[in-house]
Amino acid sequence: MSPIYYVTLSVILFVIGGVGVLVRRNAIVIFMCVELMLNACNLAFVAFASMWGNLHGQVIAFFVMVVAAAEVVVGLAILMAIYRARRSASVDDANLLKY
Amino acid sequence: MTTIAATGVLRASWLLLAFPIFGAVVLLVGGRRTDKWGHLLGVAMPVASFVYAVIAFFALLGDHDRSQDLHLFSYIPVGGFQVSAGILLDPLSASFMLLITGVGSLIIIYSVGYMAHDSDRRRFFGYMNLFIAAMLLLVLADNYLVLYVGWEGVGVASYLLIGFWQFKNSAAVAAKKAFVVNRVGDAGLTLAIFLMFAEFGTVTFPGVFGSVRSGGSGVATALGLLLLLGACGKSAQVPLQSWLLDAMEGPTPVSALIHAATMVTAGVYLLVRSNPILALAPNARLAIAIVGAVTLLWGAIIGSAKDDIKKSLAGSTMSQIGYMHLGAGLGPAGYVFAIAHLLAHGFFKAGLFLGSGSVIHAMDDEQDMRRYGGLARFLPVTFVTFGLAYLAIIGIPPFSGFFTKDGIIEAAWDRGGTAGPIFAACAILGAGITAFYMTRMMLMTFTGRRRWEGEAEEHPAPAHPHESPAVMVWPMILLAVGSVGAGAFLIIGQRFEKFLGPVTGVPPVSHGIWTVPGIIALVLALAGGGLAWVMYGRVPVPETAPHGNPLVVAARKDLYGDAINESVLMRPGQWLTRLSVYFDNRGVDGLVNSLAALVGGTSGRLRRFQTGFVRSYALFMYFGAVVLVLLLLVVRL
Amino acid sequence: MTHVLAAGPNADAAAVHIVWWILAIVSGSAAIAMILVRRAVHCAIMLAVVMLCLATMYAMLGAPFLAFVQIIVYTGAVLMLFLFVLMLIGISSSDSIVEKIKGQRQWTGLFAIGLLVLLILGIGHAALGPAVPQGAANGTNNLSEIATLIFTTYVFPFEATGALLITAALGAMVLAHRERTVPRPSQRELAARRLASGQLAPDPSPGVYALHDAADRPALLPDGTTSELSVSTVLSPRDVTESPQFVPAEQRVAITAERVERELAQAGEAET
Repeated sequence: MSPIYYVTLSVILFVIGGVGVLVRRNAIVIFMCVELMLNACNLAFVAFASMWGNLHGQVIAFFVMVVAAAEVVVGLAILMAIYRARRSASVDDANLLKY
Repeated sequence: MTTIAATGVLRASWLLLAFPIFGAVVLLVGGRRTDKWGHLLGVAMPVASFVYAVIAFFALLGDHDRSQDLHLFSYIPVGGFQVSAGILLDPLSASFMLLITGVGSLIIIYSVGYMAHDSDRRRFFGYMNLFIAAMLLLVLADNYLVLYVGWEGVGVASYLLIGFWQFKNSAAVAAKKAFVVNRVGDAGLTLAIFLMFAEFGTVTFPGVFGSVRSGGSGVATALGLLLLLGACGKSAQVPLQSWLLDAMEGPTPVSALIHAATMVTAGVYLLVRSNPILALAPNARLAIAIVGAVTLLWGAIIGSAKDDIKKSLAGSTMSQIGYMHLGAGLGPAGYVFAIAHLLAHGFFKAGLFLGSGSVIHAMDDEQDMRRYGGLARFLPVTFVTFGLAYLAIIGIPPFSGFFTKDGIIEAAWDRGGTAGPIFAACAILGAGITAFYMTRMMLMTFTGRRRWEGEAEEHPAPAHPHESPAVMVWPMILLAVGSVGAGAFLIIGQRFEKFLGPVTGVPPVSHGIWTVPGIIALVLALAGGGLAWVMYGRVPVPETAPHGNPLVVAARKDLYGDAINESVLMRPGQWLTRLSVYFDNRGVDGLVNSLAALVGGTSGRLRRFQTGFVRSYALFMYFGAVVLVLLLLVVRL
Repeated sequence: MTHVLAAGPNADAAAVHIVWWILAIVSGSAAIAMILVRRAVHCAIMLAVVMLCLATMYAMLGAPFLAFVQIIVYTGAVLMLFLFVLMLIGISSSDSIVEKIKGQRQWTGLFAIGLLVLLILGIGHAALGPAVPQGAANGTNNLSEIATLIFTTYVFPFEATGALLITAALGAMVLAHRERTVPRPSQRELAARRLASGQLAPDPSPGVYALHDAADRPALLPDGTTSELSVSTVLSPRDVTESPQFVPAEQRVAITAERVERELAQAGEAET
């Protein structure tokens, strides 16, 4: 299977994740779509690793995973704090900083 | 004649300037502390200058070299432009020096009495000393730039003195008008000095006069015309004559000294001093003569219609200086007579003004001649001195004016060509009109019914007109002596010709005392006097001015001089400034404001992108990402 | 034929093909479903599906270590974290269909299609070679090689991500911390509050005084009425009066009174 298939799939997943971020209103769902985008990038890295024949892509994907984990931790903690204060997880509710 | 460095007593000629400058500084800087003795210092300084002037004059007469230059200090030592301040003593400047200090001292002594009741008298003497200093600087300068300093100085002094009574709005306006009109003339002198420096590289008299031959007649004519413009401003000649009658707002001694005897003659001095330049510019000389001829008639006509005694005398001054300009425009034939007339005019015009001041003083500051009448009995000394000056100005022999005016008329006649007889005719006609208005003045003031008695309801009449105190009377008497004898003294035996000749050149043809044009002028003068007697002597003078024919109406309005100035210069100038303001407000401000409005409007539109929704911001980021990818691809493909 | 996953890139082409296509379709549909479903929990489930598919693909690409890390860390830890938070925030939270921002959906669709086209174009133009067969290296397997890389070439990012993780943990603790604004109520205060509220005993748990021990049967209060509070809100309480052993309230009180008298009488006789 040529890596191009994997990269194409990765692109499709990435775009779908992007659309999800823009369309959904629940903060957690938006977060999950971001995770989808990160996963798509990981897939692309691993595909490139297999293309080049070395493992650099895999190591990078590994680090991406680590960072994504850390990011999820902090992000969800923030979400919890916001939810505690506002009783709402909708992203559209924070719209006071407007013209 | 060649100029040498000053020798002997003339080495101290800086004293001439130092005395009045010292007086001015002490009186003006000292302030009210000097009020008690201020007038004494103010009198002492010009008198001291006069004493030195007499000494210097006799020293100069005795010297073989009659042109001596005293270098004072280096004024502008800048590379290619070196100007030093110095005093030039030669017959021309010596004549003026004596006139200024002599007549000036007399008038200042007179002011002690005239301004006795004025609380600002000390300031008056300060300004008068300032004037004397500036005027002396003007006539004693040995280069055009220092002359210009003096020129401006007398302008400032004139402004300060016309507007001396600051609380009078009319005085302030008149002072401003005098200064502004003078400024127009000064532009001419400024440009002349620039041209001299540009063409000749120097502004000293010997330097300029030596190089002017190399410049050609174009440069000389340009210089001549520019100097004429300057002279017109300072001497109140047409077209810059509108300020002189308004300048009568100042106290009478000011009118006597500045606007009769000395400052207004500075223009004549300038032209006569520049005679080597004019020698190469016949067109400029023609222009000067035309200006002189026009003005002498203009001033005479105005003077005939004015009821204010000082304004009538101002018109007379304008006219007599027109005579001097006419003389100056006739070349060497006329320079001597122009200066002689200037000196004689200094005596009799100052005498006339001081006499009018005496009358005004006696009549409690009433200046309208229609309120005078029959004052000869109450002011006998004034009447006599005024009368002698009157005879002098009309040109009745053997008084001063006859000799000097005749000289000018003769020179005009001798000029020949088409212009000569025309100038002579103007001068003769002017003599007739002069006689008319002066006789009118005498009759209205000193003879006839006493129009100021009774009728206390409308105009408060003075209790008793009385003769002026001695401090005012004696200067008038001394000036009357000059009025009587100055002309004869100067002209008979060509004394003044011989004195002034080395500077200006002698008249080529020498006439006797009695000449045909002179006799015609005398006859016309008597006729003018007779006409005045018929109109004002035989019938009672009406107290309100009668309507009069269009010429009289025009003359009362200064022959529409102010109206012309306003419509030709003032209104377009105002229109121009208003236009600039309009453009500034609409154009420049509009541009700037529209830029601001553009920014504001754009920002008002753009801020709508700030919706507050995170998701629309995310959309923008997404859009940015798409654009980036697109660009990357475009670059790579 | 070696297993597709175990063989990595050296596997049999046809099998790889089939597996890949299945995985691609599944993960693609799951991704699309993820953005379309309304309830947040369903989104999480879909994401789990995608992640598992991706793990399989990593294995097929010759990255077994990464595949297992994906399952253990990503699906097992990160996704569970999501589910915990969902539980805390509200498991029934759902988005409404109506889109409030004008033009959001249209523009999103446009940009999405644009980005998709551009990226695929870019990939198409890029010279992507075929998969390089991984030579059987001298005894080293995938894990050892990755470890070697991490601790030699990428040691600095490794250390940095270590610090990052610590920071993240600390940050989460700080964010979740709630500062006490009032002092902690002592036992005495708690007891006083309970007395003042009038409800001294805790709510009966389901089954108390119940004739049945089902969780959806409400408990009986002493006066015979049912306590709705004893049943979880998720369940709907069943009617209790259907049971034949049900004793009506008034009788129950009388029975208790008799019992109490008998007890007291017995106690009095025992004394004498």
